[in-house]
Amino acid sequence: MEQPSSHLKIKRAVNVSVVEFADRKILEELSIQEIGEELRRLAEAEPGAKLLLNFQNVDHLASAALGMLITLHKKVQERHGELKLSNINRQIFQVFRITRLNRVFDIHETAEQALESFGQT
Amino acid sequence: MRYRSPFAVLGRHATPMKVPPDFGVDDGQLASVTVPNDLRCFREPEAQIMADLARCGYDEDTIFAIKLAFEEAITNAVKHGNCNDRTKQVHLRHYVDPGRIVFMVRDEGCGFRPEKVPDPTADENLERPSGRGLMLMQSYMTKVYFSEAGNEVWLLKEKPA
Repeated sequence: MEQPSSHLKIKRAVNVSVVEFADRKILEELSIQEIGEELRRLAEAEPGAKLLLNFQNVDHLASAALGMLITLHKKVQERHGELKLSNINRQIFQVFRITRLNRVFDIHETAEQALESFGQT
Repeated sequence: MRYRSPFAVLGRHATPMKVPPDFGVDDGQLASVTVPNDLRCFREPEAQIMADLARCGYDEDTIFAIKLAFEEAITNAVKHGNCNDRTKQVHLRHYVDPGRIVFMVRDEGCGFRPEKVPDPTADENLERPSGRGLMLMQSYMTKVYFSEAGNEVWLLKEKPA
């Protein structure tokens, strides 16, 4: 089932919400706020929500988007859910590495690998 | 790559709107433009800079780095410096040649002290949602200087050999 959304494409894979980004650039303040709001609603939709953010379409990311992801991560943890990231391109992964956020987030190379790892941590 | 002390990297220079002497560019070579304090108004100058970089043969990774630093600098100016006040303006200067890009972003706010921004990569700050723009600029660019007043930032990126 695919739900219409301005910034996100959300699919359901068993009990995981798989989120793809419609925008190639997650840069602008307003878009980041809107994306953050949509993701927050997903995280709060059920206790223990499992979210996978697939970055395969994304080729630019601002630091404000990193902040939004951290806020989401905290929200998911509070509700005993799981948040995983996948398909982050080499340039954007470097941003995570420089900011050491690769230590905060559970990052997988592919969506398949990420999906397999839910429930194992 | 760890965040180094801002004092070690973020130098200061005294003359507002003038390119720091060690950037290796004559001040008269820089283009200047004043932009309303609205991020949408930066699309055109940014597109111009990106086109100049492509024309000068910069590789994708370097263009990614410069775009990221530029976006962080203008976001800081519009949001933090000018506090999203639409009556204010942002002053841009830039220069691109096949060996380097220089750009300056100056807002009309009261400035800040970059050395007071906590290290976002310290364990205790890793989960703070803000404070990464400055260190990303510093990580990706060759030199980042703030004016004494703290409302003007100069960035230099040398093209990798």
